[in-house]
Amino acid sequence: MRAVARPATILRAVPAGRAHERGRALRRRGLAVLGVVAALALWQGTVLLLRVPRYIAPSPVEVAVALRVEAGTLAANAWPTILETLGGFLVGNVIAVAIAIGFVHNRTFQHTVYPLAVTVRTLPIVAISPILVLLLGNGYAPKIAIAALITFFPTLVNMVDGLNAVDPQAQELMHVLSATRWEVFRYLRWPTSLPYLFSALRIASTASLLGAIVAEWIGSNKGLGYLILAATYDYRTPLLYATMAVASAIALALFGVISVLERYAVPWRRAEGATD
Amino acid sequence: MAFELADGALDVLRGITLTIRQGDFVSLLGPSGCGKSTLLRLIADVLTPTQGRISVLGASPSEARRHRVLGMVFQQPVLLPWLTAEANVALPLRIGGWSRRHPPASSPAALLQLVGLDGFHRARPAQLSGGMQQRVAIARALVSDPQILLMDEPFGALDAITRDRLNEELLRIWTQVRRTVVFVTHSIAEAVYLSTRVVVLSPRPAQIRRIVDIDLPYPRRPAMKDTPEFTRYTAALRAALGEAE
Repeated sequence: MRAVARPATILRAVPAGRAHERGRALRRRGLAVLGVVAALALWQGTVLLLRVPRYIAPSPVEVAVALRVEAGTLAANAWPTILETLGGFLVGNVIAVAIAIGFVHNRTFQHTVYPLAVTVRTLPIVAISPILVLLLGNGYAPKIAIAALITFFPTLVNMVDGLNAVDPQAQELMHVLSATRWEVFRYLRWPTSLPYLFSALRIASTASLLGAIVAEWIGSNKGLGYLILAATYDYRTPLLYATMAVASAIALALFGVISVLERYAVPWRRAEGATD
Repeated sequence: MAFELADGALDVLRGITLTIRQGDFVSLLGPSGCGKSTLLRLIADVLTPTQGRISVLGASPSEARRHRVLGMVFQQPVLLPWLTAEANVALPLRIGGWSRRHPPASSPAALLQLVGLDGFHRARPAQLSGGMQQRVAIARALVSDPQILLMDEPFGALDAITRDRLNEELLRIWTQVRRTVVFVTHSIAEAVYLSTRVVVLSPRPAQIRRIVDIDLPYPRRPAMKDTPEFTRYTAALRAALGEAE
């Protein structure tokens, strides 16, 4: 115990461990880059070797050219999609978290609304999109609504689980301390649920982009979803691939932002990982 | 503190009448699952008795709980992983705005020092060993200055060496703060070593088999465990437990 317990020992041990960890992370990142480069090379080689026509499958070089030449078109169409994605992400998650908190504090509310939420979830998003366009018009509203709808359910389920994942002994502790419901929420339930929330947000980040793009397939004349359709009809396949790359980059960026936020919001998770 | 418990619906405890004197270190000793933790949780007002009466310093357990007459240490440390050691100790002061109405006699930092964790204020639970986490839990139980400390097999999950060390620490803390301690354990040696008095309980439904006063002088030293007096006590308790089966 004594060897572990001295603060000085910990101070000495930690930097060495971190350096080692950093080396491993660097190696992992290197391998990931290598994988991508290898896949692109294989793709380029296959397309050249089999002389695949450009309108069926363009080579990576042709996609790169499209990304450069069509940068203006891509950017003009990326903005609406980004706005819809972020709007849907925000609206869907805020509502989901609020309802989850309501569920945990009022069982009647949960038993009334949960089956309804599950039913809405089973409706195919492609079928809801035209309905929402009819209801909400042709602007941003239906797209944000669909992106919100698609992010809503995973966050609701995760948040309900997270808020209920409280250690029963910790609840006893709160009882012994005569904590009010609000205090139990503030000091125990909410922090307990944060890792669950961030898992849900990571799923939601890619899902909301998907929702926005699908929504743009119906009655839209801008956005990445519209661009995908337009490029397909015109056989501008390199542009189609370039659009895909832009969409993927947006999802990755949002995913990255959430991972960074998680590191600040849930710092104890890293500490736990370090001792395991 | 006094209880009288008649037959309960679950029939976990039966006919237990026990009075605990203030300032005593009382151990409840019995086989696993005999209901000794249940008894402790009834005192702490975590459970409500179906029948019978518990009086904590003249008040009901729920009044005692609201006035923080009781401090509780669980089998697990039950620390909040997102708080530092010091913030964990300070938690009872934050709940209900306790420290505004009752300025604490000792600060969380001073209590961490008392339990031998000076310099670990900013450590998070995951960075502490099991024994250190349980020390934090003891400091937390003491922070709102309770008159009775309830301990539910607090060292049961620790290895033997750490457990012995924490027994020493607990005795040192007890002689410093002089609170009534009700200590649940299934270790005979631990009960004899720590307590002024040991209550032997039978298996479910728990009944009191024997109450033994331990007349060994304080401060107690580990070497006492090898003395004939100590062995006489452990033998007597073992015999009482044997009858209980």
